[in-house]
Amino acid sequence: MKQLVIISGKGGTGKTVLSACFATLARKKVMVDCDVDAANLYLLLHPEIQEEHSFSGGKKARVDPDKCTGCWNCLDVCRFSAISQEEDGKISIDPISCEGCGVCSYICPTKSITMEKRVSGKWFVSRTKYGPFVHARLGIGEENSGKLVTEVRKKAREIAETSGLDLIIVDGPPGIGCPVIASLSGTDMALVVTEPTLSGSHDMERAIQTAAHFRTKTACCINKFDLNFKLSRQIEDWCHKNSVPVVGKIPFNEVVPRSLVQGLPLTEFSENSVTKEIIKMWQELLTLFSKEASPK
Amino acid sequence: MIISVASGKGGTGKTTVAVSLALSLARKRPVQILDCDVEEPNAHLFIKPSIDKTLPVFIPVPEVDEAKCTFCGKCAEVCAYNAIAVIKNTVLVFSELCHGCGGCSLLCPEKAIKEVGKKIGVLESGAAGHLQFVHGKLDIGQPMSPPLIRAVKKSINTKRTVIIDVPPGTSCPVIEATKGSDFCLLVTEPTPFGLHDLRLAVETVRQLKIPLGVIINRTGLGDRDVEAYCQKENILILMTIPFDREIAAAYSEGIPVVEAIPAYRQEFFEIFERIEKTAG
Repeated sequence: MKQLVIISGKGGTGKTVLSACFATLARKKVMVDCDVDAANLYLLLHPEIQEEHSFSGGKKARVDPDKCTGCWNCLDVCRFSAISQEEDGKISIDPISCEGCGVCSYICPTKSITMEKRVSGKWFVSRTKYGPFVHARLGIGEENSGKLVTEVRKKAREIAETSGLDLIIVDGPPGIGCPVIASLSGTDMALVVTEPTLSGSHDMERAIQTAAHFRTKTACCINKFDLNFKLSRQIEDWCHKNSVPVVGKIPFNEVVPRSLVQGLPLTEFSENSVTKEIIKMWQELLTLFSKEASPK
Repeated sequence: MIISVASGKGGTGKTTVAVSLALSLARKRPVQILDCDVEEPNAHLFIKPSIDKTLPVFIPVPEVDEAKCTFCGKCAEVCAYNAIAVIKNTVLVFSELCHGCGGCSLLCPEKAIKEVGKKIGVLESGAAGHLQFVHGKLDIGQPMSPPLIRAVKKSINTKRTVIIDVPPGTSCPVIEATKGSDFCLLVTEPTPFGLHDLRLAVETVRQLKIPLGVIINRTGLGDRDVEAYCQKENILILMTIPFDREIAAAYSEGIPVVEAIPAYRQEFFEIFERIEKTAG
């Protein structure tokens, strides 16, 4: 079984649009949306939810004001500025700042602080016309997005194994931090989607370096490459120097936002210069995968 | 006055707005811009500040003195993040999981654990003309951005108008960057993705009890549903920026929109005046 993850560093370069196209092009695969903060892939795949699970990432401290004597020991040990003093001398805990370490509950002499498990998100197993789809929704302002990503990916592997599907396609989050690392780890290839802007190439380099740090192979796709030919060329040169194959150069076309408005993967919306390039890129990726599979 | 610029969805134009606002205001008043998108900081590409200070940022992680350790397992029991494990006569520290809460060292009965600094990134500060500039840059491979965001925010200069560029999303790094602001500007695009993530961003900012307003970027592409949503929710639309190849071309080269099309300066200044009225 192979796993492909689509990342970018910078947000808004086209990860989800491409993932949705791959969903229509790939056979025998499981689709996964690991951008659990701001999950958008479902808007194009129209899932029919079959299983819904709650996700409990971490705990939060809660104080019982009747037991609190106002000794303020907890105030001094909390490293996340989550505890403050109320007018009556007792303490209050800000659940948004609390990172659930529990140190306050351990040192409280009157045992007035308890750590409570809470539901911090949901994840779903769905059916789509393109095959099984695992996706999630992290609660607003919650932590542990990496844990939720790991959970969702575990389920996708399980489905792939039991249903005899040989590919998992992961729509990843922006950035290079915790949820990206959780989306990357153990995949066979990261497709890094960029655009010919200074921000796009700066962020792509950091994304590719992150993948390399975790020993994941990368390939690059330059989206809207014709918006700045000079920068596209610079990106290609950088990729060439760093042995990263550029598998696709997709032109800018206003048909893309129109397909989003219709809620359709671009490859199902219309045939145009963009879809042609995406289909070509998918073939390139398959070739890269098959090369990898054959032992040398 | 602290104004944060956030979005939910990535790539909608947060940095464009934060930089344009900061540069426009800096012509008339003292301004500081903080780039809190420490995973992928971009504001410097547009502001081109001269950096005069670079400081490494550390988080405290445990170091175990095995001579004092009795392998009682207390540290592993109290660690909420599974960052420390005791297996027979060995203590394993997984520093990338550590949040630096200090629980293990505080609660170790033998006082066998001390905290040592682990570098997670750098804090760089400088200026471009009168505009003060600070950003954080997370080291490659480091998962935890909130401590670095906290470090960036410690540099806030309250004597100035502060503009914060927030990372995308709705989870902990966004909260860390946004909390404490007097106003939050949400930048979105007129597509179903933009609208979906705007709803989440609005919920997030409302949870923080921060007044907010919306800027719709690249109007003309997509549909009108974002406007309809804002009207229904009684959300102030402070500005719409039409899709314009001239802006896109300038952006691609790291030229701020207010420099490519100076008429935007006045618009950003007016936005600020409206924000001042709204936020009090």
